[in-house]
Amino acid sequence: MSSFPYLSVLTGGPLVGAAVVACLPRSRPQLAKVVALVWSLAALVLTAVMYATFNANGSRFQFRESYQWIPFWGARFTFEADGIALVMLALIALLVPLVILASWHDVDSAKRSVPTYFALLLALECTMIGVFAAADIFLFYVFFEVMLVPMYFLIGSYGGQRRQYAAVKFFLYSLVGGLLMLAAVIGLWVVGRDQLGHGTFDWHQLTSLHMSTTTERWLFLGFFVAFAIKAPFFPFHTWLPDAGGAAPAGAAALLVGVLDKVGTFGILRYCLPLFPHASKYFAPLGLVLALVGIIYGALLAIGQNDLKRLVSYTSIAHFGFIGIGIFAFTTQGGTGAVLYMLNHGLATGLLFLVVGMLVARRGSSLVSDFGGAGKLMPVLGGVFFIAGLASLALPGTSPFVSEFLVLLGTFTVHKTVAVIATVGIILAAAYVLWMVQRTTQGTLNPALEKVDAMRRDMSVREKVVVAPLIVLLLLLGFYPKPVTDVINPAVKATFSQIGTSDPNPTVAQGGGK
Amino acid sequence: MPVHFAAAHGTLSSIWLLVAIPLASAAILLLFGRFTERWGHLLGVASVLASFILGLIYFFSLRGLSSPYRAASLNLFDFIPVGGLKVQFGLLYDPLSAIFVLLITGVGFLIHLYAVGYMSHDEGRRRFFGYFNLFVAAMLLLVLGNNYVITFVGWEGVGLASYLLISFWYDRPAAATAGKKAFIMNRVGDAGFVTAIFLMFATFGSVNFADVFNGVASHGAGQTTILILGLLLLLGACGKSGQFPLQAWLPDAMEGPTPVSALIHAATMVTAGVYLIARSNPLFTANLTLQTVVVAVGAFTLLFGSIIGGAKDDIKRVLAWSTVSQIGYMFLGVGLGGAAYALALIHLLAHGFFKAGLFLGAGSVMHSMKDRTDIRRFGGLWRYMPITWATFGLGYLSIIGIPPLSGFFSKDPIIESAFNRAGWTGWLFGSAALLGAGLTAFYMTRLFVLTFHGPKRWTEDIEHPHESPAVMTIPLVLLAVGSIAAGALFVYSPFNVKDWLRPVFNNPAAEGHEHIGQWWATGMTFVVVLIGLAIGLLLFRRGTAPQEQPAGPVVAAARANLFGDMFNETVFEKPGLYLTRALVYLDNRGIDGLVNGLAALVGGSSGRLRRTQTGFVRSYALSMLGGALLIVAAMLAVALG
Repeated sequence: MSSFPYLSVLTGGPLVGAAVVACLPRSRPQLAKVVALVWSLAALVLTAVMYATFNANGSRFQFRESYQWIPFWGARFTFEADGIALVMLALIALLVPLVILASWHDVDSAKRSVPTYFALLLALECTMIGVFAAADIFLFYVFFEVMLVPMYFLIGSYGGQRRQYAAVKFFLYSLVGGLLMLAAVIGLWVVGRDQLGHGTFDWHQLTSLHMSTTTERWLFLGFFVAFAIKAPFFPFHTWLPDAGGAAPAGAAALLVGVLDKVGTFGILRYCLPLFPHASKYFAPLGLVLALVGIIYGALLAIGQNDLKRLVSYTSIAHFGFIGIGIFAFTTQGGTGAVLYMLNHGLATGLLFLVVGMLVARRGSSLVSDFGGAGKLMPVLGGVFFIAGLASLALPGTSPFVSEFLVLLGTFTVHKTVAVIATVGIILAAAYVLWMVQRTTQGTLNPALEKVDAMRRDMSVREKVVVAPLIVLLLLLGFYPKPVTDVINPAVKATFSQIGTSDPNPTVAQGGGK
Repeated sequence: MPVHFAAAHGTLSSIWLLVAIPLASAAILLLFGRFTERWGHLLGVASVLASFILGLIYFFSLRGLSSPYRAASLNLFDFIPVGGLKVQFGLLYDPLSAIFVLLITGVGFLIHLYAVGYMSHDEGRRRFFGYFNLFVAAMLLLVLGNNYVITFVGWEGVGLASYLLISFWYDRPAAATAGKKAFIMNRVGDAGFVTAIFLMFATFGSVNFADVFNGVASHGAGQTTILILGLLLLLGACGKSGQFPLQAWLPDAMEGPTPVSALIHAATMVTAGVYLIARSNPLFTANLTLQTVVVAVGAFTLLFGSIIGGAKDDIKRVLAWSTVSQIGYMFLGVGLGGAAYALALIHLLAHGFFKAGLFLGAGSVMHSMKDRTDIRRFGGLWRYMPITWATFGLGYLSIIGIPPLSGFFSKDPIIESAFNRAGWTGWLFGSAALLGAGLTAFYMTRLFVLTFHGPKRWTEDIEHPHESPAVMTIPLVLLAVGSIAAGALFVYSPFNVKDWLRPVFNNPAAEGHEHIGQWWATGMTFVVVLIGLAIGLLLFRRGTAPQEQPAGPVVAAARANLFGDMFNETVFEKPGLYLTRALVYLDNRGIDGLVNGLAALVGGSSGRLRRTQTGFVRSYALSMLGGALLIVAAMLAVALG
């Protein structure tokens, strides 16, 4: 184990960067962009070092740091990362520089400050890293709430149509969830103080509490509803299409690719270990909500005429897969769910960024404003298609591995749930291919030819943005082991905390009756 | 005796090259774009040739092995190792994979060669060869996997390649729609396949062929589980092979370039369903109901396809329905089980030759007729394109089963086996297969006569049809040689497929039922074929009207694909469309409205919020504090009380 304070540097670094970029004069937009990019790349390098240092066979939590904060409440600045958190940190560190590069010209024309936009992206990175790295529940809560602020401004100030409505709606939903969680956090603290004799927010101490059934269930619900809104699960999802549709493409990629994962991550890290009995009690509810989300999100995605809203709805379906993977409580389901969180970030991140490139050229995100665009821009059309394939979890791309694991892990314990969820893979083919057909295939829409920007195929900068994502999607599609090995121990530990184990095959191995 | 595949060693430890070479070529062609424009197609052809040569080398290496089960299993790396699930990226080269490798790369090479000429004027030729190589790689992976997950990876890979190639001319709406239809209908089957994999893992704890087969043999799993497992695999097989009820995509797939129709939608990919069932033969043999279902699907589809084939006027669509029908014979064979497994595989190989030849012949005709496909507008072409005429003619005589061409050796034994199935079902399925032979003779005669004989019925703009260049006719000639000789070779030579596959289909015991003898079956089939041929000749030797004529209910139904598309449209597409529309409406009004109402209760109306949004963060902090205080108070009250 290393003594270098990785996690606090990783959390604090982007914040410092944000402050630096924010202080740059509005007249030097180029400088702001470069500084932001370099800063985010530094965070990426640091994360890569962490990933290399992480010992998959070692203890669950590595990189532990803890500092005095509010002694009166027992709240501390405690950072720790297990395999699950580490994978999410890697995703953040990878996506942020790509988003910065992808958003290079996105705010040039707006009458808004360029440095502020990139400072907000860095500030967002700080809060996202913090929320995954925190191991003190109060600290987690603070990051969980503060995370809203930069995203609120990214949508509200730099978004597209109906951005203010979308930003407020996003804020309100999260606020409601946050308040419920705050109540539960405080309740947990009270229970902890009564049992331990001192108030604490330390995750390790709080996971060993014994609660009455009623208390446990209420506290579980407080956390769960907050996470279900964040993820979002049906029926708490309606803010996402609005936010995803209005946010600038880069922010949308981070919103759907990373921010929403806090919900599913929170269920795994907090709901399950803190409230094991309640988790089992409410698991059917979680499974049903997730299952409805898979079918419902896919059907709504089929019916959308706005690319960004469409991708948002596909994400609701994908979060459903993550949900059933978690609540199946099997090693394959859980590992698949976490892998899904990573893969969805890569695939949907890519899809949002490519959609952003299309929308920036066309000046509209309506599907009906495209048609036959592949003829004008074969490379961009091809990358759009690849992103779509990853989204429908084609074997050879990494989302296949996670979807396969989730469904397989669920099948071993809940056959009906898995079979219904499998219908979702047919619907996924439908929404992706129909989207691709209506935008890039078929007869060329004559209106497109009049838009000069539609003749510009991908620039070098845009290729640099998509290349790492495509390479990772393919690489992890054929060799997911470097990630599954990191995730697996943490998932096993989580499920052993709630006392579940995988079912045995019905026919014993090795022949014989 | 438990199934065990020996580990690969020596020459056979490099079998991964078979997949890697075309894959690398595809990657080069698709990644480096214009840099490969000038020589890309040659690389594409060369990579498949290289795989074919390797396939021959491996074939003889495998023949040289003396172990009781000739096989080479090669685990390359851990693919998905999570908990009890241990999926290897593993390959298996055994007699069954070996013949598929030779078919895919051999016929594949000829069709690649042909495509050099056929696609020479297409600006997307490099992209075409990239996709074509990708297909070959995926198809080889499909037949080389040593577990169901790897097979599935190849399975969906060929689905992707098929989609890309059907909608190759993606600016044509019909092509784009046909590609999408193919992919989605295939996904329905794939959902069945992947669910079967889940059930295998839940039942046997493994997805490896050997473990699953041994698990089945141990009788630990109930008959119901075996039946469900088989039906799920069958669903996958029906999707890929265009069998009822998932047949509707295959004729539409003809929107792709003709070499695609020949390689993917006739000779190789569509036979993947047959491969899957043949590969899983220990499972299918273990349940009689399951076998009956497979036989019924095959018998029904072979009639379904041949009836529609007789009413179509598009040269490629007739051949496509013919493919549906011929694969029906193969399903019939693998469903019958026992000795018929090998018969189905022989028919699969023979069909690979003659159907690929027929499609390429059709492409050659289209090449000289300005891409027209309407057989009512052909006629008398034998004079202008003698090589195409002769090779097509041999394919035609072969598919209808005229001795001694290959179709005779490959199809007649399946009909005989169907008759000899135990019980009354033998008579039923045998008669269906026999009737199908007559219908095949009819529609193929119609196709052949209308295209090459009778009066010219061309449109005015075609002045002088011409024979295709050598790069296209050489593959035609080679495939015609296959149409002539393959059947006898596979049945009677030292390379006969039955002996070669004996280790795979480990139950050579004769069924012991004999409703009719071999000579009777052959004789009856021959008579029925002659009747079909005669009717076709009599009706069409003088040509036909250049426009579609009104027809009776049977022909009208056949023209409408026996209402398969209409059924899908009314039962799935339209209700699905209304459902999504209704849900979109509800999601915007209902759920959102409800939640907005709740939100208004918590934080005031959204309209007011928009007005106050400048000071929003402050009001957020305040409301958060207020809410927090309230809840703390409540919690303390609960805790203290």
